[in-house]
Amino acid sequence: MDVRTHMSMIFHLDKCIGCHTCSVACKNLWTDRKGAEYMWWNNVETRPGTGYPTQWENQEHFRGGWEKKKGKLDLKLHSRLEGIFKLFYNPSLPDLRDYYEPFTFDYQNLFNSPKKNVQPIAEPISMITGDPIDIETGPNWDDDLGGSNIYAKNDLNLEGLPQEVREQMNELERLVFNYLPRICNHCLNPACVAACPSGAIYKRDEDGVVLVNENDCRAWRMCVAACPYKKVYYNWNTGKSEKCILCFPRMETGQAPACAHSCVGRIRYMGVLLYDADQIPKAAEVSDDELIAAHREMILDPFDPKVIAAAKENGIGDDWIESAQNSPAYKFVKEWEIALPLHPEFRTMVMMYYIPPLSPVVSVTEKSLFRLDLMQEDYDFELFDRLDAARLPIKYLANLFSAGDEGIIRTVLRKLLAVRIYMRRKTVHGKVDSVSRKTLAEAGLTEEQAIDMYKMTTLPTMEERFVFPNYHREMSIEAMLDPLTHKGEVGLGYIQQPKRGE
Amino acid sequence: MDWNQFFFVVFPYISLALFVAVTIYRLVYRPFTQSSLSSQLLERKRLYWGSIPFHHGITWILLFHLLALLFPKAILVMNATPLRLYLLELSGFALGLWALVGVVVLIWRRLTTPYIKAVTSTMDIIVLLLTLVSVITGVLTASLYRFGSVWFTGVFTPYLWSVLLFQPRPELVEPLPWLIQLHLINNFIILAVFPFSRLVHILALPLDYLIRPWQLVIGMRDRKNS
Ligand code: HEM
Ligand code: SF4
Ligand code: SF4
Repeated sequence: MDVRTHMSMIFHLDKCIGCHTCSVACKNLWTDRKGAEYMWWNNVETRPGTGYPTQWENQEHFRGGWEKKKGKLDLKLHSRLEGIFKLFYNPSLPDLRDYYEPFTFDYQNLFNSPKKNVQPIAEPISMITGDPIDIETGPNWDDDLGGSNIYAKNDLNLEGLPQEVREQMNELERLVFNYLPRICNHCLNPACVAACPSGAIYKRDEDGVVLVNENDCRAWRMCVAACPYKKVYYNWNTGKSEKCILCFPRMETGQAPACAHSCVGRIRYMGVLLYDADQIPKAAEVSDDELIAAHREMILDPFDPKVIAAAKENGIGDDWIESAQNSPAYKFVKEWEIALPLHPEFRTMVMMYYIPPLSPVVSVTEKSLFRLDLMQEDYDFELFDRLDAARLPIKYLANLFSAGDEGIIRTVLRKLLAVRIYMRRKTVHGKVDSVSRKTLAEAGLTEEQAIDMYKMTTLPTMEERFVFPNYHREMSIEAMLDPLTHKGEVGLGYIQQPKRGE
Repeated sequence: MDWNQFFFVVFPYISLALFVAVTIYRLVYRPFTQSSLSSQLLERKRLYWGSIPFHHGITWILLFHLLALLFPKAILVMNATPLRLYLLELSGFALGLWALVGVVVLIWRRLTTPYIKAVTSTMDIIVLLLTLVSVITGVLTASLYRFGSVWFTGVFTPYLWSVLLFQPRPELVEPLPWLIQLHLINNFIILAVFPFSRLVHILALPLDYLIRPWQLVIGMRDRKNS
């Protein structure tokens, strides 16, 4: 057992209102720079939809993630030798137009325009060339499906859904959607690291953050193609790849990452997970239907004395172990088993997790709409069977979060639903009856767990949502440097100005 | 000082000194500036028709030049049978033409694509033009003065070694036709420009990728298991 520590984020999708506050917080902090305008380290996409960059899940096209070749796990992108030959031109690299061309408006024209009979306008101009452009798409033009059904129609996760369900989902006035905020998953088996010919990308041991060493990056841009989540971006101005850094400078000072901190829906939780690095190779190789189980198995119980002993042997401090015990991430992923990795079949072993949305539970029967969670008393028993009538099809969620396994999604949704029923009886009816107890038991939860889940979902304080250990930066090598060494230089890893080379 | 003295003795040393000193300085103290500065994100179609022919052509030709410089005997032995000589000459010529096609497309792309103009520096254009001159003079030399692979090892190898060993023998290259001399001088110019341009990306060729482990983990904690 090789115990290691990881900072993980949980996204409670039921609570996401799709407001993009997270994206904007991140943009303001990190990517409001020349060359990075088009980057959204945090983006929120409407689902069903094609996402950003458009159809990023299409690995036949972008060739991201891992693939079993002759029984061995290999990059889908290239073999090592192929990688060298594709340096000059990388056919799987997304084009700028797969994201969108960054634009602004020629506001100066409002001031400088000569006197005319018509109002001057601020024409849209490209932020790359400065030339006027026709804006064809933007960072969130798929928001709430933008009044169009082409986004939903082209979602690859609809695969395997019966034709009539697809058609039903496509009827504009009945469209159903939810939001999917995405950041880099800081994977345990990151394809970006494996694909980088220069070895410029690495995983931090202490918290698992995956970082690009900008001084080592040589713009071979293999990481951009290899990441199945398209979460490495190429800065066309500096000639370096960049990605989400999980706001490590904030975490090191005990603050939540900007996206999580600013989240209006309070959907995000963060905490330490302990995992067994020895199990990574095996867990990445199992067949599709065993992926989630193997992944859960790899996450270790921070209360288990054996785990604690092994952690200490690995140099993990008491405060990190304690932090892991208080971690909301542990509760969601392992204790309640309701948080799932996004697209586990890409086999990068992601460490950010999603609680699949239960809402909107409204569904269509015959002619009328009904709500799954507001049934009459005696219907409660049947609820679980009615999950299949939910407007967001189980199969669709399964394609997103469990490599197609509907059983796993059903188990999670049952738990969410059972807690709802139980708490409604308790607060609205003033008493817990046998029916709701039975529902809970059927979903595999105890009353205590249900109350914990309820509290953690609806009422958590900032301190309960974000549990950060002490990073002990004072112990790191930088402490050996003269504190004034980098005075007057650009901070956060740049010892020189991050200026484009000649 | 006559021109020959300048071009074949003084200038080579200036350019070699710049090449070695500034390149080392840049790689060690300005690592952020070393990058291939890819522009594929902005424009890919023309890059495909430019970069692939250019690089596949130029890299192999450069390799042949280096081989002839380091192992002249091996090249001579290899050329001992006429068939192999023809094959070597022919493939060298083909690679040269291939590189020529590529560099022409690259220049056209640099000068006419708005997206690429937005990321083009003067040095990018200088480098492409210098490369164009090298490739053209190289290809012309190969077609006008046949069997370069034979006389290179007799003329250039000893000359370049004489420069590298600080006993320059300009008389070896003085009698050569001007076209070949231009090829030589132009390449010394490229060498001088090298550390000031994007050409430093050549030194980043990541061959260690072939053997490094897939995953890299760096941390500040002492771990027993690694
Ligand atoms: C040895 C291995 C080499 C590798 C791996 C390599 C790789 C690259 C890459 C990735 C690019 C960027 C292409 C893009 O825009 O996406 C590039 C551009 C360039 N390379 Fe190389 N290169 C190599 C050798 C050379 C050599 C020997 C030369 C010759 C003099 C050269 C000259 C150039 C030039 C001039 C460009 C700019 C092309 C443009 O106008 O966009 N490279 N190289
Ligand atoms: S999600 Fe992040 S860590 Fe995983 S492969 Fe992509 S960039 Fe790398
Ligand atoms: S800030 Fe929170 S609620 Fe708003 S879109 Fe982002 S994740 Fe969703």
